[in-house]
Amino acid sequence: MSDKKMMVNGREIPFAAGETILEAASRYDISIPTLCHLKGTTPHGKCKICVVEIEGERELKTACNTPCNANMVIKTESIKVVADRKKTLEDLIASGNHNCAASSAGNSNWTVFQMAVQQYDKTDDLCPVWGDCKLQDLLYHYQVTQKKPSDRKQPFQKEIVNPLIIRDFSRCILCGRCVSACNEVQVNRAINFGEQDGREKIVTKNNTSLADSDCVFCGECIQACPVGALVEKKAAYQWRPWEVRKIRTTCPYCGVGCQQLLHVKGEKIVKVTGVENGKPNEGRLCVKGRFGYDFIYSDERLKTPLIRENDHFREASWDEALDLVVKRFKQIIASDGPDALAGVSCARSISEDSYQMQKLFRAVFKTNNIDHCART
Amino acid sequence: MTNSFGEFSRAKMFFVIGSNMTEAHPVAATFLKNAVLKGAKLIVVDPRAHRLVDYADLHVPIRVGSDIAFLNGLMNVLIKENLYDRKFVEFNTEEFNSLKQKVSEYPPERAADIAGITPQLIVDTARLLASVKPVMLCYTLGITEHTCGRNNVVSTANLQMLLGNMGVECGGVNPLRGQNNVQGACDMGALPNVFPGYQAVVDEKARKKFEAFWNVSDLPSQNGLMMPQMMDGLVSGKIKGFYIFGENLASTEPDIHKVEHELSCAEFLVCQDIFLNETTKFAHVVLPAAAWSENDGTFTSSERRVSRVRTASPPPGEAKPNWWIFKEIARRMGQTWSSNSAKEIWNNEISMLAPALAGIKYHRIEGDGLQWPCPTEEHPGTAYLHKEGQFTRGKGAFIPVEWTPPAEVPDEQYPLVLSTGRRLYHYHTRTQTGRCEGLNDLLGEETADISREDATALNILDGEKIKVSSRRGEVMVKARVTPEVPRGLVWMAFHFREANANFLTNAAFDPFTLTAEYKACAVRIEKL
Ligand code: SF4
Ligand code: SF4
Ligand code: SF4
Repeated sequence: MSDKKMMVNGREIPFAAGETILEAASRYDISIPTLCHLKGTTPHGKCKICVVEIEGERELKTACNTPCNANMVIKTESIKVVADRKKTLEDLIASGNHNCAASSAGNSNWTVFQMAVQQYDKTDDLCPVWGDCKLQDLLYHYQVTQKKPSDRKQPFQKEIVNPLIIRDFSRCILCGRCVSACNEVQVNRAINFGEQDGREKIVTKNNTSLADSDCVFCGECIQACPVGALVEKKAAYQWRPWEVRKIRTTCPYCGVGCQQLLHVKGEKIVKVTGVENGKPNEGRLCVKGRFGYDFIYSDERLKTPLIRENDHFREASWDEALDLVVKRFKQIIASDGPDALAGVSCARSISEDSYQMQKLFRAVFKTNNIDHCART
Repeated sequence: MTNSFGEFSRAKMFFVIGSNMTEAHPVAATFLKNAVLKGAKLIVVDPRAHRLVDYADLHVPIRVGSDIAFLNGLMNVLIKENLYDRKFVEFNTEEFNSLKQKVSEYPPERAADIAGITPQLIVDTARLLASVKPVMLCYTLGITEHTCGRNNVVSTANLQMLLGNMGVECGGVNPLRGQNNVQGACDMGALPNVFPGYQAVVDEKARKKFEAFWNVSDLPSQNGLMMPQMMDGLVSGKIKGFYIFGENLASTEPDIHKVEHELSCAEFLVCQDIFLNETTKFAHVVLPAAAWSENDGTFTSSERRVSRVRTASPPPGEAKPNWWIFKEIARRMGQTWSSNSAKEIWNNEISMLAPALAGIKYHRIEGDGLQWPCPTEEHPGTAYLHKEGQFTRGKGAFIPVEWTPPAEVPDEQYPLVLSTGRRLYHYHTRTQTGRCEGLNDLLGEETADISREDATALNILDGEKIKVSSRRGEVMVKARVTPEVPRGLVWMAFHFREANANFLTNAAFDPFTLTAEYKACAVRIEKL
């Protein structure tokens, strides 16, 4: 780090060459709110929430893409800054179907607005991410309520045709985090800023649905979306944040070993997200890791031991089934020796299971005929 | 993997051979693509122009099964043009002369002829490879699933040693492992020749150690059978009792008709699984097991990272954790095992027995896991192996290898090559992903991917049902006509029972590893 320094809120902080104000400040736990900025991607200063006041500058500057300069004197929560952020937030909440508790107060048209939104959503529930929304958090933080009449235009039609992701353009604040996630984080290049009917919109290449685009349903855009414009179809309206426990675990599919957060309501996983800053995936998941969890609740799961009887199975107790296994294995060992037994372990199950199985074969059966499936 | 996923986004060049990373290891591929966006170079060697090729500086479309010829050709150029790392070769390797001699038999013209590419492309690839250091080499099953799989692997190591790309960050030889815990299963000794921690069963000292620890005597001293030998044994009568834990062999093994015959020969077959599947049909007893998020335990990823798995919900009905089932069988046969949870098994047994895991205890892997080798509880884990050119046996030895063709090559009757793999939206035989809402909608049936040229020649339209047959079987399947696939190649997966490519694949095995040649057999396609 260089010895260059600047003042932030009356405190002297050093910074490295090329660092932005946001980066330097966050290292010193000076929090500057952001909406559009996605860590690790190119900042574009679009949402203007991160504005700060720099002494000697007439205009406020966006902290996410303004480089630090020696001797800058910065205020991150001045009256001017706060007023500007409030204005930004007012515009944002008025721009769409933000029917969470934050917008209810003080708006005489609330009922009309709410009815329209409910019709659009086809549910009388509030916004599906109510309680889990960065915009809502900021509205509360800056005590912004919907003062001006909603300039909500007829929203673009909601996309629900694909099986996994709901794209609700009525709640999109055009922050572009999904675009950064798709192009710079996952590098799938499926979506970008575009236009429809002369209005800005996040679009796929020919403004098709995701299913007909280059989208590979990694869901990174959902995880990046700060509002309720992108939600998991399977999870929508199934949960609120205060109802879930978050359990960290490891993806059961490929050998990358992505770290997941299971959002568990009661005894059910309702959604899966990547563990931000966790190794090795740094918050990323693929389609299988993010959406491939509900097989465990399938009705077809095996629930009791089964014993063959002629050409069908009958249910049995553990005692009966295990006694039978032991009896037959013992017979085989007695008549043909332990090497007449062989076993194949599972490359999907936990290591401790494989350890137990090889121990059973070696220490109990006395054979090394133990292998597993993939010899990669 | 000798190196780590964390190094991907900082790497300067990648050499990806036989790996359809964007579909089989999607998140690893994202880090690679990040590096490419920042200017890293990418060479993709693969018969198919799969999605990663969109990001490549160079795509080398070698013929299926010509890897060794191609790699030997590259090394031929590197040596002839003096582009290799002479210092690394001199100080950290041995047997350079035998390598040099062998690859001298593979001038670009000959290698190119075998690989179906131009000699110039081999020269260009070699020069590009030598222009940047280090280069990270990644491979997947496109290297291993051949009758020459072991030799393919050896070749990739030869190349990286020649280039001096071993023992450094952002270099190395990196097999991306297909299954979440195939690394763990190996580490645990679910292999016929080693105890946990790769301690040989033929080594008396190792046996004594395990006998003392497990409090048993007479541990068997001969290597056991590998899976294909077990399957043969079922037919010959050598194997009478067979215990299959969590594998759907009747769909995943090559030549399904043969596999089903083998399974039906088992005198007593136990299947332990979470669903009934094609394999349990042959079982005498089926034991219901707890699944992924119904367990506490660990998985070990491709980068040797031991990470925690945690319980979100209890298993359904009477289903039980697998470790408990094995313990119960042991108890009924007179051995009482004291560990009573995955944590106790790991902390009190595994980490006590496997030296490379000795420093890994559950309390240390609450957050990010640890990468082995991790010999002590103070050790931070190991991100990359062979640091400063230190190989396990001192110097790295070059092992010259000869190219051999696949066991079955096209002929008049079966003029095309079938190669198999995985697709993004499903996992293996779909016992899991097939039961997840939404995934079947994204990919609902198998296709045979064929080239435009072959489609035109047979007047086959995209989406049309065709017949694909080999000497072992036939399937009816939708044709997917795509520029990804070169002429002469048919590409399929095995996610769907109907039109499962393993009705066609050849049960020919690598003589060292007994890995099957899923990547190459001869087929014919017909319009219906
Ligand atoms: S799901 Fe993934 S690929 Fe599809 S738009 Fe979102 S980020 Fe892009
Ligand atoms: S969909 Fe979400 S992330 Fe994308 S621009 Fe709209 S609000 Fe931002
Ligand atoms: S999320 Fe995808 S890439 Fe990551 S471990 Fe799971 S299957 Fe592999």
